[in-house]
Amino acid sequence: MLPVHLQFPIRGGDFHSAGEASSGMKKALSKLGVDPSAVKRASVAMYEAEINAVIHAGGGEADVEIFADRVSIVIRDHGPGIPDVGLAMQEGWSTAPDAAREMGFGAGMGLPNIQRNADDLTIDTRVGEGTALTILVRFHRPAPTAPGPEA
Amino acid sequence: MELRHSVRLDRDKCVGCTNCIKRCPTEAIRVRDGKARIAEPRCLDCGECIRICPHHAKSATMDGYDVLSRYDYRIALASPSLYAQFGPPATRAMILAALRATGFDDVREVAAGAESVTSATLAELLDPDRATALPLISSACPVVVRLVQMRFPGLIPNLVPFDSPMEATATVARREAAAATGHDPSRIGVFFISPCPAKRTAARQPYGRERTDVDAVIAIADAYPRILACLEKMDPVALHEFEARTLAGRDGIRWGNIGGESLALGTERFLAVDGIHSVIEILEEIENERLRDVVFVEANSCIGGCIGGVLVVANRFTARTRLKRSIESAAVSPPAHDVAREAARLLRWTLPLAPNPALQLDADLELALAKYERLERIAKELPGLDCGACGAPDCRALAEDIVNGEATEQDCIVRLREQLRGTLETTAPEGGVD
Ligand SMILES: Nc1ncnc2c1ncn2[C@@H]1O[C@H](COP(=O)(O)OP(=O)(O)OP(=O)(O)O)[C@@H](O)[C@H]1O
Ligand code: SF4
Ligand SMILES: [Mg+2]
Repeated sequence: MLPVHLQFPIRGGDFHSAGEASSGMKKALSKLGVDPSAVKRASVAMYEAEINAVIHAGGGEADVEIFADRVSIVIRDHGPGIPDVGLAMQEGWSTAPDAAREMGFGAGMGLPNIQRNADDLTIDTRVGEGTALTILVRFHRPAPTAPGPEA
Repeated sequence: MELRHSVRLDRDKCVGCTNCIKRCPTEAIRVRDGKARIAEPRCLDCGECIRICPHHAKSATMDGYDVLSRYDYRIALASPSLYAQFGPPATRAMILAALRATGFDDVREVAAGAESVTSATLAELLDPDRATALPLISSACPVVVRLVQMRFPGLIPNLVPFDSPMEATATVARREAAAATGHDPSRIGVFFISPCPAKRTAARQPYGRERTDVDAVIAIADAYPRILACLEKMDPVALHEFEARTLAGRDGIRWGNIGGESLALGTERFLAVDGIHSVIEILEEIENERLRDVVFVEANSCIGGCIGGVLVVANRFTARTRLKRSIESAAVSPPAHDVAREAARLLRWTLPLAPNPALQLDADLELALAKYERLERIAKELPGLDCGACGAPDCRALAEDIVNGEATEQDCIVRLREQLRGTLETTAPEGGVD
């Protein structure tokens, strides 16, 4: 069977509507009856990636494919790219502008949180061209993950 | 069949407008054949449709005073929102005495149960194992609990796992009355005087516990005129009796308005949100793990908290001022810490809370996927005006109804008009239309 395919635009710099894409995906997963813990992990991961596209990259788009056993989420932007992914993945590292910090973003927790919640994460980024995050969340994860970076 | 819900529709008054279908937080209402219809499994009993209906076609089915005669000994439970209905010179002792005089053998303050729930919640907040499911979300408003089960099942572990103040008070009231009077517990009637229909539903379908200790739920609006009448001919002996009683403390009474439950906890790391649609926004944020610096979330379906319930009499602004009087004249509550562990032990839910699948397309994920795909296809073909003329709150909801076999594409007036125009164009002579 074909997966259910959802697409959402992500508007850059628009804090107000930021989160609409992940919220739309969450609604879909809930309607489908996916187990609540997987819904939560998928929406947390997608929300953080969506916010990053808004804050750091001037927006982009989200592509979501839902299968019977997993959801695959691609968040693509045409922003500045991430020069040092290793650094960006560290907890607390952030280049968020003041405007974003005033809104409560910029703790440098987003990427680590995506890593924690995803079963698989690929970051494809080119400086000057943009970034694409591919997040995979399986619906029934057999065993709990190894301790996250915070442990 | 026993009605599971308290919010009802009066078909004669309903004119089939779209006010309620647009307001319902779970999209539970459709207009079919010119009349609104509530899909029972999705109804949260929040009362939003009662509030918004300009024709007063929605109402709440509550218990009446006639149920009192079924019991040998009758106890009324007075909630803080009841105190908020009466202005000066009525004092809390007067209100309680008057309430008893309306037909009860005793009255109990739900504020006392609220103080116990505060203690138990404190114990839970201090429990190191809790770190996994923070913030704690208050479970005192039954609408919020049902909303979480239906729309945010991932947050079930965050709910405060204790009886509500209503249940906590009812349990103690029945036990103590049985001991003091010798009545068989089953012959004792416990009646909650309620600001909302949701509390009645909660008493009929209890959550977290096997059975309820609340036998019936009477609307504040029903008790109000009777209490007023009794206030006017206040019996001084009864009044003296209540003035001599130790009444509930400040922290319990505060619960009547939004923010009160949080203040009682004595932490600054709380967030209080009122109004079902705002509650949904905050629950979204919690699910996205964006409320990082908060350990407790107080969520009330009604704007203003329970003083804004749909079955009260005073408007919530007057009610707030009146409640403030009761709060300020009350004694300071004993420190909640002292009895925290004991309260947590006594009040802890004995049954787990299950997710409610009422919003799901199908119990089978494969079938649900197929339905969802069809839903998406249909939704794309609908005009996207969200006009509500089809009887569904928006075009997507109609698409879902179609997939579920409950509506057809012809229910969309805009599409029907297009189709009609198409037929006319092919059958009418040259230049015959427009
Ligand atoms: N899509 C992106 N394009 C360009 N840079 C990015 C992108 N996503 C993340 N970054 C860079 O990586 C850093 C770390 O991202 P991360 O999401 O972990 O934290 P943050 O967004 O700064 O703060 P928080 O997510 O806690 O609000 C960002 O500050 C930014 O420099
Ligand atoms: S806020 Fe209070 S009055 Fe309103 S629905 Fe919830 S419990 Fe009832
Ligand atoms: Mg981020």
